[in-house]
Amino acid sequence: MKRVRSSTALMAVLAAALALAARPGIGALAAQTAGRPVMVASKPFGESYLLAEMFAQLLEARGIPAARRLGLGATEIAFAALRSGAIDVYPEYTGTGLLAILHQQPSPDPRAVYAQVSREFRARFGVRWLPPLGFQNTYAIAVRQGTADSLRLRSLSDLARVGPTLRAGLTPDFIGRADGLPGLGRAYGLRFRDIRALLPAVKYQALAAGEVDVIDGYATDGLIAKYDLVVLADDRGFFPPYEAAALVAPGFTERRPAAVAALTELSGRLTEPAMRALNRRVEVDGEPVARVAADALGELGLLGVAAARPGAGARPAEARAGLAAYLWGERRTLLGLTARHLLLVTVSLAAAIALAVPLGLALERTPRGAEAVIRAVGVLQTVPGIALLAFMIPVLGIGVVPALVALFLYSLYPILRNTYTGVRDAAPDAVGAARALGMTPGQILRHVRLPLAAPLIMAGIRTAAVINVGTATLAAFIGAGGLGDPIAAGLALSDTRMILSGALPAAALALGVDALLGAAEGVVRPGG
Amino acid sequence: MPDPSALAARDVSRRYGAVQALDRVSLEVRRGECVALIGESGSGKTTLLRCFNRLTDPDAGVVLVDGADVSALDPVALRRRIGYVPQDGGLLPHWRVRRNVALVPWLRGLGDASARADRALGLVGLEPAAMADRWPRELSGGQRQRVAVARALAAGTDIILLDEPFGALDAITRADLQGAFLELRRALALTTLLVTHDLAEAFLLADRVAVMRQGRVEQVATPAELLETPATEYVRALLARARVHA
Repeated sequence: MKRVRSSTALMAVLAAALALAARPGIGALAAQTAGRPVMVASKPFGESYLLAEMFAQLLEARGIPAARRLGLGATEIAFAALRSGAIDVYPEYTGTGLLAILHQQPSPDPRAVYAQVSREFRARFGVRWLPPLGFQNTYAIAVRQGTADSLRLRSLSDLARVGPTLRAGLTPDFIGRADGLPGLGRAYGLRFRDIRALLPAVKYQALAAGEVDVIDGYATDGLIAKYDLVVLADDRGFFPPYEAAALVAPGFTERRPAAVAALTELSGRLTEPAMRALNRRVEVDGEPVARVAADALGELGLLGVAAARPGAGARPAEARAGLAAYLWGERRTLLGLTARHLLLVTVSLAAAIALAVPLGLALERTPRGAEAVIRAVGVLQTVPGIALLAFMIPVLGIGVVPALVALFLYSLYPILRNTYTGVRDAAPDAVGAARALGMTPGQILRHVRLPLAAPLIMAGIRTAAVINVGTATLAAFIGAGGLGDPIAAGLALSDTRMILSGALPAAALALGVDALLGAAEGVVRPGG
Repeated sequence: MPDPSALAARDVSRRYGAVQALDRVSLEVRRGECVALIGESGSGKTTLLRCFNRLTDPDAGVVLVDGADVSALDPVALRRRIGYVPQDGGLLPHWRVRRNVALVPWLRGLGDASARADRALGLVGLEPAAMADRWPRELSGGQRQRVAVARALAAGTDIILLDEPFGALDAITRADLQGAFLELRRALALTTLLVTHDLAEAFLLADRVAVMRQGRVEQVATPAELLETPATEYVRALLARARVHA
C-alpha cells in the first residue's frame, strides 16, 4: 500500500498549497489599499478593450498606476469580478445592466434607465455607475446607402413600409430574443420578404455584397463606418438605451477619489460617429488598441502635451508581416504565456491525479456507491466552462486560483472513470487466484489490480491532460493568463494572427504533453 | 481428539439467493488421499471446494482443515497454507514465471522464495533455467498449468485444491499433465481435492469420487465401487453415458 499512501500525502500537500495560493483571492477585498494599481478590466470584444485601454491610459496620464485585466469572460464574469473587488472598473452599458444583471424591463428613456441602474446597483451591490461616456451602443438596423436613397429610408417606420420587399440577414440571437426581431416586428408592424440567420462575422459582407438588404448590428460597429451604411432611426424608441459608462467596484469612489475624478473626465466626451471611427481602426484596420486609445485621448485633449505613450500590447506600426514573423516578434510574450499555460495545466492535472486515482481505487473497494460518485463527478464535466468560472468568482476572485480549480474539476472525470474501471476489471482470473492463494485485499490492489490497470489509468490521465490544455485557454476570461489571452483578444479584435499566436502553441502543447505522457506510459506498463 | 482427515465438511449448506448451492453436504478427504468432485455445472462442486479455503463461507455446517474449524481461522493465513490451482492457471500476467511461483513463499515471508520457486518448477517438469524468466503469455496452455501447479506446491504445502485444472487443455497435453500429476501426488503424498466434469479424469486420478447433483452428494466411493454398486439412478446413468471402466 506504500504507493497509495504516498499519493494521498501528495494530495494533502497539493490541497494545502492550493489553500495557501487561494488566500490572496479570497482576501482580494481586504487587500485593496490606496497604493495598489487600479485594476482596469474589459469584456472580450473590441469596443470594451478600447474603452478600458482609454481608462487605463487616462489614469496613467494623471499619475495613477493602472493594471489591465482585459477580455474577461463576459458580463457575468466581469461583473462578478467587480462585485468581489478583484477588479476596480470596466466599461458597461446601461441596457445590459438592466436586462442581464437586474433582469428588469427597460424603459425607452436613456435618463430613466441610467437613473434606475444607478439606484439599484448602488443599493443591491454597492457598485457605482460613473456618468455616461456620451454614446449609446444599442441595436442598430442598417441598410446600404443606395437602398436608403432609392427607397427614402430614414427610420424604422419607413422600413416597415417597404419591409415585405426586402431580405434581412440577422444574427440568430437577434431573431430569437424578445427585445430583438419579435418585439421589433410588433412595435413597427415590420415584415421582411425573407429572413436569413447570419453570424456577425459575415452579415456585413453579405449586406455589402447585396445578398441581403437589411442587417442588425450595434450602433458603434466599426464596420458601419467601413461600408458606409445608414443606421435607421428608432423613431418609436423600441430598443432599450445602451449608454456606455464606467462601472466601479464597491467602495471605489470613497477610496480612490483621484481615480474617479480622472475617469470622469471622459464622461460625455464620446459620440457614436467618433466611436464608430475608433472601432473601425481597431476591428477593421487592425491597429493596436493602445495606439487608437492614445490617439482618441489626445484628440479630446485629455493627454496634455505629452505624446501618446503606447501601453501594454502595442505593436509596431508596420507590423503587418506574415504569421511566422509575427510569432517570432512576439516570442518573448508567447514564451511567457506558454509557461503560464503549462503551469496551469501541470498543477491542476497533478492535483486531479492526486485525488482521482486514490478515489478510483477506494471506490473499487466499495462498489455500491461507486457509480453514483463517478456520475456526480461526470456532471461537473457538463457545466460550461464560463459558467463554472462565474460561480467561483465570489469565493476565489479572478486570476490563477479559480482557473486552477476549474481545470482541476474538469480533469477529475476521465482519470476517475478510467482508474475505477481499470482496477475493477483488471484480469479477473489473476485477481481470483491471487485471493485464493492468500493475498490480502490491500496486496491485491497494490500488486495486481493497480499495475494491471496502469495502462488504462494512464490513458485517462492523457485524456484529461489534452482536455486540460484546451480548456486552459478559457483561463484568459478570468484573467489567469496563458495562451487563451491572445486567442480571446484576437477573437475580440478580429485579428487572425493574434488568434493563431495563441492557438498554435496551445495545439503544440497538447501534442507535447500527450507525447510526454505516452512515454511515461511505456515506463508504467506492466509485464514488458 | 484430533480428526484423522485432512479435509472434512459436515452438513454444509450454502444458498445463493434462490439457489441452494450446497444442501447439507458431508465429505472427508483423508491424509494423502485424492478425492474428485464430479457433477454437472451448478451441482455445487466448486462451491464445496471453495469452502475449504474460505473463498466461500457456508451458511450452516462445519468445515475442518487438519481438524481445525476453518471459521475460527484467519482466511488469509488459511489460504497461504493450502495450494490452489484454477482452471485458467490464474498466473499474474505482469509477473515473470519465477515471481509467480514464489508468490506464496513470499507472502509467508520465507527467505528463500526464489530457490523454492525453482525447486517447484523442477517438480512439475519445467527447467527453471529455461522457464523462470519468461512471461506467462510466452507459455503454452500446458506449461501455464504446470506453473500453476508449481505455484501451489512452492511453499511446501501438502493440501491442494484444484478446480478443473486440466479442463481447458487439448487431449494430448491433458494426458501428459494428468500423468505428471499422478506421479507428483504419490511422490509427495499430497492431499488433493479435485473438481472435474470429466469422469474419466476422476477415475484416473482419484482414490475416491464424490458424485454431486443439485447441491447434494449422491455417492462417495472408489471408482470400482461406483461401477459395481451405483447408489442412485443418476449415478448409474452418469456412468453409462461416460462409458468408463475402473
